Amino acid sequence: MADSIVLTEATYYILLSLVTPRHGYGIMQEVEDLSAGRVRLAAGTLYGALNVLYEKGWIRQLPMSDGSRRKEYLLTEKGQQVLENEVDRLRELVSNGDRVLGGTR
Amino acid sequence: MKETKTIRKVFLVYDFEKEEAWLNEMAENGWALCGVGICSYTFEACEPGEYTVRMEMRGHDDAYQAFLEEIGAEYIGRIIQWVYYRRKSSLGAFDLFSDIDSRISHLQKIGRILTAVGVINLIFGTMNLLVGLTSAVGNTSVGFLNLLAATLLMYCLGRIHGKIEALQKERLLHE
Repeated sequence: MADSIVLTEATYYILLSLVTPRHGYGIMQEVEDLSAGRVRLAAGTLYGALNVLYEKGWIRQLPMSDGSRRKEYLLTEKGQQVLENEVDRLRELVSNGDRVLGGTR
Repeated sequence: MKETKTIRKVFLVYDFEKEEAWLNEMAENGWALCGVGICSYTFEACEPGEYTVRMEMRGHDDAYQAFLEEIGAEYIGRIIQWVYYRRKSSLGAFDLFSDIDSRISHLQKIGRILTAVGVINLIFGTMNLLVGLTSAVGNTSVGFLNLLAATLLMYCLGRIHGKIEALQKERLLHE
């Protein structure tokens, strides 16, 4: 099932940032921090990704606190599973890369 | 009251990236976009480079607008299907699309709108010409204009498809 899903870099980092609840701007900042400034999510890209992830049930919305217009999101169990599978897949990629290139670097 | 100026300008739809670059050049020179109208832009004086301006073809979407406002962007206005936003450059880089997939889906959205308007013009143009040529009611010139518009729209559509194909080729290799 989910074990063969290849995530895009944006999806991967969005899911990773939602291990703790965050709103849109918080996600952008966290992803930038996690990747040491390398990955910067653009607003429209993030918005589109959040909607798709929500539809797929990989993330959920937290009830909005009074007076706040900001939607907060959090990883679901399903999302957590997808993320863990992806980390396993990436580990395989890296270990193969190291194994093959290891001697030449 | 801030000093303002209005510039009349048209752009062809496939050149929207150039248009956006021009709007940012204006901001760079101390003129921030503050209003849009049919073939016209209104600018207000600002600190050079104070704002980053972005434009996108998109239907009404309150949730999206709220999301952008949440990250500090200001909605400037919409004209036909183009929506304009700006954000203080001091808040960091402001972009709407950061991967190939979302660029492609934006271009596809533009393509769909061009197709719809193009087909409407083609149908009306043909009808107007036929009616104009076969009866006393003079619709011929309107029909001709419809067909001209349809041709231009189809040309723009071709350019947009060229861009989509180039991105899809990129997408085969990387995100």
